[in-house]
Parts: sequence; C-alpha cells; structure tokens
Amino acid sequence: MSLIDSVSFPRSFRVPRLDGLIQWIVPLAIIAIWQVASVTGFVPTRVLPAPSDVLLAGWKLLLSGELARNIWVSFWRASIGFLIGGGIGFAFGLANGLSQLSNKLTDTTLQMVRNVPHLALIPLVILWFGIDESAKLFLVALGVFFPIYLNTLHGIRTVDPQLIEMGRIYGMTDGELFRRVIFPGALPSIFVGIRFALGIMWLTLIVAETIAASSGLGYMAMQAREFMLIDVVVLSILIYALLGKLADSASRVLERLTLSWHPAYWKR
Amino acid sequence: MQTALRTSLPETELASRANFAPHARVVREERPAHSSGLPLSIRALRKSYGDNEVLRGIDLHIPAGQFVAIVGKSGCGKSTLLRLIAGLEKADSGSISLGDAVKPEDIRVMFQEPRLLPWARVLSNVEVGLGRDRASSDAHSRAEEALTEVGLIDKRDQWPSVLSGGQKQRVALARALVSHPRVLAFDEPLGALDALTRISMQRLLERVWRDQGFTAILVTHDVAEAVALADRVLVIDEGRIAHDVTVNAARPRERGSAELAALEGSILGHLLSADDRT
Repeated sequence: MSLIDSVSFPRSFRVPRLDGLIQWIVPLAIIAIWQVASVTGFVPTRVLPAPSDVLLAGWKLLLSGELARNIWVSFWRASIGFLIGGGIGFAFGLANGLSQLSNKLTDTTLQMVRNVPHLALIPLVILWFGIDESAKLFLVALGVFFPIYLNTLHGIRTVDPQLIEMGRIYGMTDGELFRRVIFPGALPSIFVGIRFALGIMWLTLIVAETIAASSGLGYMAMQAREFMLIDVVVLSILIYALLGKLADSASRVLERLTLSWHPAYWKR
Repeated sequence: MQTALRTSLPETELASRANFAPHARVVREERPAHSSGLPLSIRALRKSYGDNEVLRGIDLHIPAGQFVAIVGKSGCGKSTLLRLIAGLEKADSGSISLGDAVKPEDIRVMFQEPRLLPWARVLSNVEVGLGRDRASSDAHSRAEEALTEVGLIDKRDQWPSVLSGGQKQRVALARALVSHPRVLAFDEPLGALDALTRISMQRLLERVWRDQGFTAILVTHDVAEAVALADRVLVIDEGRIAHDVTVNAARPRERGSAELAALEGSILGHLLSADDRT
C-alpha cells in the first residue's frame, strides 16, 4: 500500500504514517544489538546487563510499586521546580525587556549569578535546606531560571521595532501592544528558553537526587549501586532518557500549537 | 474635477477594475456618503536631528482631497516631512494643522514594508486598522469590506507569510483604509515591489483614492509614479520645497503618454540640476 502510494506520487518520498516511526529505528536497533551482545557473552553482564534483564528488573519494581513512586516523586520535583524557576525567570525577562529601569537595576546582578555553576551550590544548599524537598526544588528552580530569563529578555528585545511603531500608530494601548505584538513576537525565543531549561531541569534533578535524597529516580539508582543491582542502575538511566524525550516532545507540541503562524513550524 | 470624473468613468478603466476586485463595485454602491478628506496647512516647519537640519522651513497648503506626491533625492527630508504630518515625530518649530476635531483614526500611514503581524491572520491584521473601534461588533464586517476593496477577501484566513509582496502591501492598504481615514500618507509604499505589481498597485491606490476622497500624500523616489498618480508634485531639495508642479492630465491617465513623459522629464531635470549644484 505504502509502496504504491510512493510510486503514484513520485514527489512525496515520505509516507506520513511511517514518519512518526522513523525516529525510533536507531534506538531500537541499538537495543537489539545490545541484547545480542549480552546473550552471546560478548559484553559481560557484570558490565552491562541484557535489555531483557533490565526490563525484568523494571517489571519487578513496577509490581512492588517502587518504580512508579520514584518516578512520580522525581516528576513532581522537576515540574514544581520548573514552574517556580521558569515563572520567576519569565517575570524578570518581561520586566527587564520592557523597562529600562528594571533592566539597569537587576541585569548585572543576574549575569553575575548566572556565571556561578548552580551545581556548585549543592554543598551550601545541603547546609541550608538539609536533604528534604526544598533543596531539590531550589536547585532545579535556579538551573531553570537562567535559560528562561535570558531567552525571554532576548525575545522581547528583538521584537521588530517597526511592528511596535505600527501598533502605536494604530492606537494600541500598552496592554494591547504587549498582547498583540510584543508577546507573540517574543514567543519563538521563549520556547528556545523552555527547551534549554527542560534539559537543565533533568540534569539538575538527577545530580541533586544522586547526592542528597531519600526518594526519587536518582536515589533509586544510588541504592541499587550499593547492592550491586546493575540492572536497576541501567533501568534508571534509560528512564531518564525517556523522560527527557517526553519533556522535549511536550514542548514541541506546545510550539506547534502556539507558533502555527511561523513558516518554520509548518509540516516539512 | 474629481467628482466629475468619478461619475463618468470610461469602459476600459471599469473593466480593469472589475478584474482586480469583482466585489469592489457592489461595496461602493452600498456604502453611505464617504468621509471627505481634510485640508492640510503647514507653516514654517523645521526639524533637525542633532546638527543636521533636515527641514528648513516648509510652507504648504494642501486642499482637501488632493493627491500630492513628494519627490526628492534621498536624504532631502521628504520622509521626515511625511512622518511629521502623520504625527510620528515632533517638529522643532512651525505648525501643521489639519482642521479641528481630528481623530487619530482620521490619519493613516502606509510604509514601504507591509508591517503585518505575522502571527495574526489576514483579517485580524486588517482589524488592527480600526484603532479604538477594534472591539466593536461590526469590526469583522468592516475589515471584510476593506479586504474586498483591495480584492483579497479570499485570503482572509491566511497567514501573512503565504502572501506575495504585492498581496501583503494590499493587506496593509486595507488596514489603512478600514477606518476610512481622511488623510492617507504613503511612505514609498511600492518601493519594494516588482514593476508589474507596482503598476497594478498604482491603479489600486488611484481607485481607492477616488472612491474614498481622502487627502493623499505620497512620498516616492519614482518620478513616473508621482506624475501618474498625483494632482500636484512637490520637489524637495535641501529641506525646502524647491518646485511645486501641478499635473493637469485627465484621469484615468495613460501610462507613458507624451504629456506625462514631458512632465516627468522636466521634474527629473529639476532634481538633477539640484544634484549638479552640490
């Protein structure tokens, strides 16, 4: 069927239904090769357990409820931290993009703080907050803050001044000008910030959970290391990869919905 | 003169207009008496940017409904004059008066770039032109009427990025027309278009001007365009009005006629002799 389609329409090389699957070919191939390598003993299971073993470990943890609980805890920390840090970053980006005074007042300070790697604060954060939830939320929020702040600021600064002039000529109030011109104009840049921030969000959370936590995916991996449960360690790593992909896909869907006017987001 | 012409249009012109916008005539007949243009008086207008004195005392009267073209070398101050008339900048001294009771919606500007909002569909872009009336219940129908006027009603739900350069400029024109302005200022609106699109846009500008009777002020570097469209051509040189030329050719004007060509030649002569002096 698909073959006939591509023959009768020589200009469309891609068949839409296969398009979504194509991206999964490489990951699946890697897993297949890995399985073969483990089963044949080419890779010792002490170094890397077979995918089937990892899957089995996942199934056991799923049955005990441990896996779901840890994923949920990590997911919750990531989202709350993202909302707090992203919200504050967005607010500062707006304020400094729209007001010269606010920009002069805070931008230099923020740029200085930005140059401190936020993971370097872990010892300090543990001293401040101990190892409870607020420590992780603080680190995630701090990590997420800067990409969102910088890209919101950049987006607002680079809105076409000719469009702003046009809006003023046509009698837009400040509120209307923001809603109809400045915010939609800054949106592509804000999304770049969000996608950067999603990456930093997972990174920060995993590091924080590995070092100081009593629940969550990072904690699960560290516990498994203590007991030499290498299949669970590998399982945790694979789940990170899946969660990262999920967050990225979610932001892509949002982009598609809100930037449908932009030629770059039309179906290619 | 304009009113007389409006009632006795030759067949050829009607045909070309029908091609451009099939519904345009219907809309014209439905509309109640259109708002008339505003007269414009400028007295001793001066404007400088730093040490650079761009306008050095402009005195000018434009009667209501006149089509005036302003030509001049680049940097002569013609765009500055237009921006002052449109209220985009403040004069250092002198005055511009448009009569009393002028609303912001009475004066509209069209730029060389269409300046459409890329994230708004064509129809909402036109609605932007309604100014404070954007929220009124008839905003949609007024915007649709303006789009019909420029012959783009079938593009109402498109994004601006799919339109051609000429179509974008027509949407910008619809946006400027939708509030039925009494003064319409054009800042080289056709400068970025190809030759053929330019000619059809010139016809469109002339037609809407005759239909709506606004006072039109067109800044252009194309003397042929100025002569083809305007009742009067002002040549600006070194911040002053150097020449004020009346174009008496009957409308619709035949492009490339000997009369217009001669006029174009003499205006170009003025511009070039100014060039030789410096």
